[in-house]
Amino acid sequence: MSTVPELRTDPASSPVPGPAPAIKPLRHPVRAACGVLALLCLAGVVWSVAKNPNLEWHTVGQYLFHERTLSGLGVTLYLTVVCMLIAVVGGTVLAIMKLSDSFLLRTIADGYIWLFRGVPLVVQLIFWGFLGAFYQRLTIGIPLTDVVFYSVETNTLVTATVAAVLALGLNGVAYAAEIVRGGIAAVDAGQREAAYALGLTPAQTMRRIVLPQAMRVIVPPMGNEVITMLKMTALVSIIAGNDLMTNLQSIYSMNFKVIPLLMVACVWYLALTTALTFGQRYLERRFGRGTTAPRGGFGARAARTTGGEQA
Amino acid sequence: MSTPMLVAEGVRKNFGDSEVLRGIDLTVGRGEVMCLLGPSGSGKSTFLRCVNHLERLDGGLLHVDGELVGYRRDGEVLHELRPREVASRRAHIGMVFQRFHLFPHMTALENVIEAPRRVRKQSGEAASARARELLARVGLADKADAYPSQLSGGQQQRVAIARSLAMEPKLMLFDEPTSALDPELVGEVLTVMRDLAASGMTMVVVTHEIAFAREVADQVIFMDGGVVVESGPPDEVLTRPRHERTKSFLGKVI
Repeated sequence: MSTVPELRTDPASSPVPGPAPAIKPLRHPVRAACGVLALLCLAGVVWSVAKNPNLEWHTVGQYLFHERTLSGLGVTLYLTVVCMLIAVVGGTVLAIMKLSDSFLLRTIADGYIWLFRGVPLVVQLIFWGFLGAFYQRLTIGIPLTDVVFYSVETNTLVTATVAAVLALGLNGVAYAAEIVRGGIAAVDAGQREAAYALGLTPAQTMRRIVLPQAMRVIVPPMGNEVITMLKMTALVSIIAGNDLMTNLQSIYSMNFKVIPLLMVACVWYLALTTALTFGQRYLERRFGRGTTAPRGGFGARAARTTGGEQA
Repeated sequence: MSTPMLVAEGVRKNFGDSEVLRGIDLTVGRGEVMCLLGPSGSGKSTFLRCVNHLERLDGGLLHVDGELVGYRRDGEVLHELRPREVASRRAHIGMVFQRFHLFPHMTALENVIEAPRRVRKQSGEAASARARELLARVGLADKADAYPSQLSGGQQQRVAIARSLAMEPKLMLFDEPTSALDPELVGEVLTVMRDLAASGMTMVVVTHEIAFAREVADQVIFMDGGVVVESGPPDEVLTRPRHERTKSFLGKVI
């Protein structure tokens, strides 16, 4: 009715006369069929598990918030947090040693990582647990003299929990060091030079410029470490226990309701892992400033793409 | 008679077995603009990096405003300064890099206020007010809250210039500031640099922009193989070069 169709048929601007054709996306029938098949398999497994009477959902419910479950959960959380703190702080120190210009510091850091990454965690755990058999007393004094400031029976100081913290923490340091080192090494050398050129000291440069950028690379594998640490605390049962898994084990060794109590363990470990995943996502967003848009979403992604064109 | 801003005496630098700088002597007066030209690998960028001690010297002396940069002289011995002391001397020397090196996790404004706040211990408000002035001066008043990834190359380089100026340097070093830019963005950066030169800033510029050197430089240095081949006012060096190497280089770039 208007002049638009006439414009479209202008041979110079459009070789094909008539309205613009509709665009039909390619269909993927095989992909769709595979998806449906996978979904059916999954539904079958879920159904079979859920209706299995050996699960005893009422027993699961009964022990989910049981006093010993919750106290075990507390120990597991405590061990995870404390050991991870040791791992991150010690790992950062070790990473900076490994990147230092001093041959001695580098070698010592290498030696630490070699030892604590090379010996199985179970061995380390038992070793710390039996430290009393190695040193009967722990003493602080001046070597080669009789001056003693402090002396204590090993087994009073290094309780089972302390031994667990030492084993998991010192082992975690070795892994965290490599993660932090990788993160620092991933920051462009030009960033450091730009900071130096502005008059920032090496310490300021590390804290303000290098580490915040390294965090982007550090957070995902470190998140893995936290989750691994959470689950490794179950190994503590060898020397002490009182953590979630050990408590549940001791319950089912009495009442033989193995499967329901394992379900309780699954529920709690998965719940904690899920919470940690959200924490990790928050950190990734926090340290992704400038590379990922502040609030995500489609518009932000478009802005990032246009920003990238100039480079 | 005042001391020159930059004096280089027999500056030498090796990377392993290769001699990159083989005795550079030059002087830049206060308020002067010196352009360093030369083929890649001639040592001009290395020389610039030596000026603020991003590279250690292997011989010779470098004075900025009458002070040695990375060393303290004690008779015939040069003692290397502590990192903190080097940092405080570098704070008076601005440097602009070929690839900008803005801090990607900070906005344009945060990039500009970082050094005044941490090094000069300025308050947030004072540093921000000054930073906004500087961003306005380089034509980016509206980009204060943008992250570097949201800016074009030319805009990033102008923020980088504002970031250096925030420290109120006595001397500005430019290391091929337009070489990483798309051709249509070169002009905006050169305009800012031209204004800066007109305002009396002492500048040492490593560049391939012959037209810029001709227009702005008081002195042009042509380097090749780690030595100064030819130096003088742009009219002489760029229009009537005396050395064959200078002639053949200019023949290729103009």
